Amino acid sequence: MMRSSTYIPSPTTLKIRRGLSVALKYTILILVCTIVVSPILTAILGGLRTTGEFIARPFGLPTKGIQWENYTNILEDNIFWRSVRNSLYITLASATFTVILSSTMAFVFSRIQFKGRELLFNILSLGLLFPLGIAILPIFLQIRALNLTDSYWGVILPLVAFSLPGSTIILRTFFKAIPPELEDASYIDGCTRIGFFVYILLPLARPAITAIATLQVIAGWNEYFLSLLVLTDSKKWPLTLGLMQFQGDHATDWARMMAFVTILIIPAVIFYLFAEKYIVTGLTGGELKG
Amino acid sequence: MSATRAQAQTVARQRDETHVRRLNLGKWGTIGLFLLPGMLLFILFVLVPIVKAAQYSLYDWNGFGPLTDFVKWDNYQRLYDHKPFRSAINHSFFIMLLSLSVQLPLAMMLALLVGRGKLRGRKIFRMILFVPFVFSEIITAIIWMYVFHPGEGLANVAFGTLIPGFESQTWLGDRDLVMYSLFAVLTWKYFGFYMILYMAGLQGVSKELEEAARVDGANELQVLRYITLPLLGSTIRLTIYLSVLGSFQQFAIAWILTRGGSPANSSHLISTYLYRFGIKTFRLGYGSSVAVVLFSISLLFSLGYQRIVLRRDYAD
Repeated sequence: MMRSSTYIPSPTTLKIRRGLSVALKYTILILVCTIVVSPILTAILGGLRTTGEFIARPFGLPTKGIQWENYTNILEDNIFWRSVRNSLYITLASATFTVILSSTMAFVFSRIQFKGRELLFNILSLGLLFPLGIAILPIFLQIRALNLTDSYWGVILPLVAFSLPGSTIILRTFFKAIPPELEDASYIDGCTRIGFFVYILLPLARPAITAIATLQVIAGWNEYFLSLLVLTDSKKWPLTLGLMQFQGDHATDWARMMAFVTILIIPAVIFYLFAEKYIVTGLTGGELKG
Repeated sequence: MSATRAQAQTVARQRDETHVRRLNLGKWGTIGLFLLPGMLLFILFVLVPIVKAAQYSLYDWNGFGPLTDFVKWDNYQRLYDHKPFRSAINHSFFIMLLSLSVQLPLAMMLALLVGRGKLRGRKIFRMILFVPFVFSEIITAIIWMYVFHPGEGLANVAFGTLIPGFESQTWLGDRDLVMYSLFAVLTWKYFGFYMILYMAGLQGVSKELEEAARVDGANELQVLRYITLPLLGSTIRLTIYLSVLGSFQQFAIAWILTRGGSPANSSHLISTYLYRFGIKTFRLGYGSSVAVVLFSISLLFSLGYQRIVLRRDYAD
């Protein structure tokens, strides 16, 4: 036989096959995206309809006019704004402390040699094994022993402490990649270690630091378990606890619940669109582009 | 006048800058200032509580007053005998196995679709798929509570429209169904996270190698099986690690959706069991023993996995 035994498909077959595979890909993606989006869309639309409409048909456009009062009722409520403030306070404080503490620690772990450094670093890395969710009871007991119950610090400090191992490790890798020649040059120019850290290292590591701050903002904003245990005074409750209380009070008022959920979803989505790049950098250590 | 002010400001800033730049605490001063606060916080809120939990777990203690009632291994014995605890352990493993066998492959498939290539709109798909990850667990749980509403929730309506003769289900009230429902919600919330990790891993897979395999006559499945997946090895091993630990940590979504382990404490995970029987009832010694079991599982798994599986990824 002179002809090659390998089957070579004709160009048209190839084209059809490629078309089919593209169609299959879109089918899968559209299916999954529908499943992802429909609960969110149901909530958003639900907040604009009456409970009666919602119960009769969970998914659909408002037919009895848009029910803005679902929203205005919540937005006129002082308790709502109080929990927004509490959430902001916890979120910003924990993100700020995480950034300051993990960047200074990463600086020492990456740039200053001393005896026992590796041991300390290994102890810190142990923290990765015990995420907040697993250690909640002992942390609660410690917070109580330190008299921090019903104080924001009782939520903020553990949140920061548990984020330190991960963020320090990420920043250390980043700092290590900055050439030592830069450090030597800055010393020759009269910088001290702290000067080098503040004026050279931190600006260079800005993407990694923004990423860590972003992830910590998400963690602080979404925090629930710690606040549930630590904050008994409802005046101090963040939005997550506020939402649960609202749910308890208005369980049958579906439309109002959906409006509340929507009010919380919208800033999350806006923040996400704005910070997507940094979230992705933070999760992947900067490997994912485009 | 404003020019002089600006000038004065610049001078002040320069002086200030020089001051910080020249701030010299020496090596140990810097180490003390930079390392101590973070390490103290870490020791105070991470290490000490974990060590103390081991101690508490040997006492019968309601959380108030000194530890006097030493009961040795009683708490552990009672745990072992308590049926809801055994089922909680089973459920946590069940969620873990489903995550590994469903959630990760799904995330991989989607990462392959939207992580690279010329598919139009892939960035938009990618954004949509990742949205649930930024939602809080509370919002997730509440949205899905209504989706799974036993009467007219979206789940029943959607299945009813798609499948003729579908009978409405009590998704969260049915012992046989509740864990699957919970798993569906966890997948919805977390697959995007693994998808992003896989997409990052895919950046490191050489296109030339895949192309070479295609030229040699490999079909797409073979390229995936023999080139792409092996090259993603370290990412896959990392996601397995995170997924296993993550399964044991689930709390908020499970607590809200199962209404604290209902029906009749049949739907607990280890964490919700700890909250229900350790914290809510003020049996903190008992609760600590649950925490110790939870630590031990995570620790054994982590050490074993790092030793055996992850070691080759760190060999540099």
